[in-house]
Amino acid sequence: MSNRHLKEKGIESLLFASGIVAVLALFLLCIFLFRDGLLLFEAYPISSFLTETKWFPTSDPAHFGLLPLLLGSLIVTAGAIIFSVPLGIAAAIYISELAGPRTAGILKPVTEILAGIPSVVYGFFGLVILVPVIQRTLDLPTGQTALTGSIMLGIMALPTIISISEDAISSVPRAIKEGSLALGSTKWQTIYKVTIPAALSGISAAVMLGVGRAIGETMTVMMVTGNSAVIPGFPSGLFAPVKTMTATIALEMGEVPQGSEHFHALFAIGSVLFITTFIINIIANHIKRRYRFNL
Amino acid sequence: MPGTYDNGTEIEVTDLNLWYGDNHALHDISIDIPKNSVTALIGPSGCGKSTFLRCLNRMNDLVKSCRIEGKVLIDNQDIYSKDVDVVDLRKRVGMVFQKPNPFPMSIHDNIAYGPRIHGMGKKNINGIVEEALKSGALWGEVSDRLGSSALDLSGGQQQRLCIARTLAVRPEVILFDEPCSALDPISTGKIEELILELKKKYTIVIVTHNMQQAARISDYTGFFLTGDLVEFDRTEQIFESPGEKATEDYITGRFG
Repeated sequence: MSNRHLKEKGIESLLFASGIVAVLALFLLCIFLFRDGLLLFEAYPISSFLTETKWFPTSDPAHFGLLPLLLGSLIVTAGAIIFSVPLGIAAAIYISELAGPRTAGILKPVTEILAGIPSVVYGFFGLVILVPVIQRTLDLPTGQTALTGSIMLGIMALPTIISISEDAISSVPRAIKEGSLALGSTKWQTIYKVTIPAALSGISAAVMLGVGRAIGETMTVMMVTGNSAVIPGFPSGLFAPVKTMTATIALEMGEVPQGSEHFHALFAIGSVLFITTFIINIIANHIKRRYRFNL
Repeated sequence: MPGTYDNGTEIEVTDLNLWYGDNHALHDISIDIPKNSVTALIGPSGCGKSTFLRCLNRMNDLVKSCRIEGKVLIDNQDIYSKDVDVVDLRKRVGMVFQKPNPFPMSIHDNIAYGPRIHGMGKKNINGIVEEALKSGALWGEVSDRLGSSALDLSGGQQQRLCIARTLAVRPEVILFDEPCSALDPISTGKIEELILELKKKYTIVIVTHNMQQAARISDYTGFFLTGDLVEFDRTEQIFESPGEKATEDYITGRFG
């Protein structure tokens, strides 16, 4: 009896420990990230970090301006959204509302395979195929531009957007769609006046999660955006090289002496990135929770 | 068959057969449904009464494996002929479903939805909404909160909203598919009263599981069994002296 009880307790504690690992990992990660990031501001004023327009980490004196990198990330992400959101939602509508069961049965798994391709493969594809195409067709000095990054990130965000939007659209009760059709509306009127609005919060959550993925993506962007830390104009900056926050950390971390100002600056950027994706995920989860139907 | 009607015939069905894939769900249904009256369709679950109802506004078109033969005339027009626009048909033949299915939008927008897609009353949409809600016996309960979500209404109110929504596009015929099966007795009473009021202006066909309900509100009753229309006659006739043994067994509660 007490032996069995002990065993039960043991298993319970083991499972509890496994559950707590993830939380602990997040907690430790936050501590190290923020501690090392904050150490930058002992020597370098936080106001300069936030408002300086130059990222010259190795010049003397060094400039650690966040803005070119933050704006670099934003312009690439904005481009990715413009490209992937309409396409992703349209594909989700097609799969859930218009495609026959056989077509949908092929399309859905295929879009999900897109999500499983490693980002370095996307980067390679972008570098070899897309970069020359962009350079030639737009007649630019280099094809490694924010736009190239946007297109690649857009493709990478598509599976998330399609799959979650599709779930949201399919979860709109059939009864509501029938109600609309019975009033004499066409299939398309039903889709865009009833089904889409009813699924809107789920679709927004899908978009936010797609954006979260795009902002945090590193390898692909690093390979196709040229990595030059200048403040991009809009929209002209789309056609010039940019450097994103993620690419900066990945490129420079290997070469900085540990504990140097530059080292802490990279951690500070990491903190900004972390906070950004954290907020986006919270928003996405918040909207997602609201969209469930109770009819 | 009850013969000719005082108000004339609205729907004339001749030799209607329906298949879902290989399943022959309706056999040679012929029925004349009178204008401005309530026709009830009764029968045990799976007898084909709802399937038949959905033939009258072509909702079965949505089912891919469904095949239909025979003739359905509404107001002397064959609704399955090639030149019939299904959108136009469903505007003329409205439908209220088993479970209330309001759209997830405001009360006002629920009613305005139909008129808007048909381009009706561009200037006077508020007037149309008010009139429809009054005819749906809901105006008094919601007139001060037309902007709030329709999903906040009670089940009975939602069903009356769905009726009002159907009325807003000014149909000739209204099909009710067990409209009270998800409602409590008080809400059911209100809907029945409403149906009796509506028959002055509309032709009503109602599928119901509830025989007392059929007896209370309908003028004519059809009894369906395993895909056949066993008997169709005046409601008093069906309930007091049915012509078929099966009808009598069903209404006296011997099966079903």
